Amino acid sequence: MIYLDSAATSFLKPPQVAEAVCRSFQDIGNAGRGAHAPTLNASRLLYSTREKLAQLFHAEQPSCIAFASNVTQALNTAINGLIAPGDHVITTVCEHNSVLRPLFRKEREGTELSILPADEKGRIHPDRLKKCIRNHTRAIVIHHASNLTGNVTDLKEIAAIAHAAGVLLIVDAAQTAGSIPIDMQEMGIDVLCFTGHKGLMGPQGTGGICVRSGLEIAPFAVGGSGVHSFEREHPSDMPIALEAGTLNGHGIAGLQAALDFILENGVQTIHQKETALMHRFLQGIREIDAITLYGDMDAAVRAPIVTLNIGKMDAAEVSDILWEDYEICVRAGAHCAPLMHSHFGTEQQGAVRFSFSYWNTEQEIDCAAQAIREIAADYEETVYA
Amino acid sequence: MREKKYYMVLAFRTTTEAMAMEKKCAEQKIPGRLIPVPREITAGCGLAWRIAQAEYERNQTAIDNLGIAFQQVVLLKL
Repeated sequence: MIYLDSAATSFLKPPQVAEAVCRSFQDIGNAGRGAHAPTLNASRLLYSTREKLAQLFHAEQPSCIAFASNVTQALNTAINGLIAPGDHVITTVCEHNSVLRPLFRKEREGTELSILPADEKGRIHPDRLKKCIRNHTRAIVIHHASNLTGNVTDLKEIAAIAHAAGVLLIVDAAQTAGSIPIDMQEMGIDVLCFTGHKGLMGPQGTGGICVRSGLEIAPFAVGGSGVHSFEREHPSDMPIALEAGTLNGHGIAGLQAALDFILENGVQTIHQKETALMHRFLQGIREIDAITLYGDMDAAVRAPIVTLNIGKMDAAEVSDILWEDYEICVRAGAHCAPLMHSHFGTEQQGAVRFSFSYWNTEQEIDCAAQAIREIAADYEETVYA
Repeated sequence: MREKKYYMVLAFRTTTEAMAMEKKCAEQKIPGRLIPVPREITAGCGLAWRIAQAEYERNQTAIDNLGIAFQQVVLLKL
């Protein structure tokens, strides 16, 4: 089997991730609920994982990071906790439904929403974004990399525009955390939402929200905190303010092991390897006449994603042939990015997404490119028969 | 050239129903497999059950009795 669906989840992980999850069942109790060894082990685990996440994202301090079960939960926390009826928010057509649906719900509740269009390669232009800012604009909610095109947003430029107007920058880093270097402070990110199971190579059910010091987010979940139990209000101190209830300690143990691997090897090294694999694949398929590619393939920095179609073939059929005949795992369909598909006119056809991992080999990439060449040749034979 | 054949394609409202279909078909030895929803089907959860037309006709009563409400049942050449 060749796994090329890492933008969906990191099926391929360092072996120490699973080992750490298993080991944690012998080690950890419930963090913050007492001072016996198992509970302290859990608290230590959470703290050291926060430290590593802060190091990875250049956050000001470990307490800036609250755990969440995934990036969708983190984005819902940010959007619901910072944006009110009457506020104006800017987003883009490139976003995943985890950004769009919470914003559409806010729109129904009275928030004004501007959706920035993209160009023919699915790129966002910051100068156009600047023109969308109004007096009551509260936030820009934007992807770091598109899960469909792999295009990367220039966050530093957007942060400068946002901050000059007193607007918050909320970033969906689902496709870049662990794969592309992120420096919250240098880039000017106010809120970074990330998942643990994609580029970070951790278990599903992990992720988090990294909040700039001084910015308070009203939590949508309140409840058990393990401290201040006689107070009616949930504690407002980060990170506990955004962490009501028991956390996924076993998952976080796996995430920590993945972070150890990433910090040891370096995000830049991982990025370079994944980028090289992506370009090798592109080189193998780019000259095929029937291929349509979606995104800016020549950009200097890209997420390791190549999305394509073969002529008018149904993307679902292509992905099924890849699995049935070649045992290659890819993702077809709409990729939870409805506005991006509308932009490219692929609502009906869908598109076939290949996404690459540090753990893929050049041989696997060559097999995938060969498979696409064969499917395209078959298609062309059918069309011109 | 890849040869296309006629299949009945059964679409579900939810992934849970698709999973139930796979499990029940395995239990009752009804052939077929889950596929990504073809574009001819506009509804559905992303997964559909693909079964050869002749097999569908042979097992139709059993399929009707599975207790699964299909959102769409379409004959397609795939």
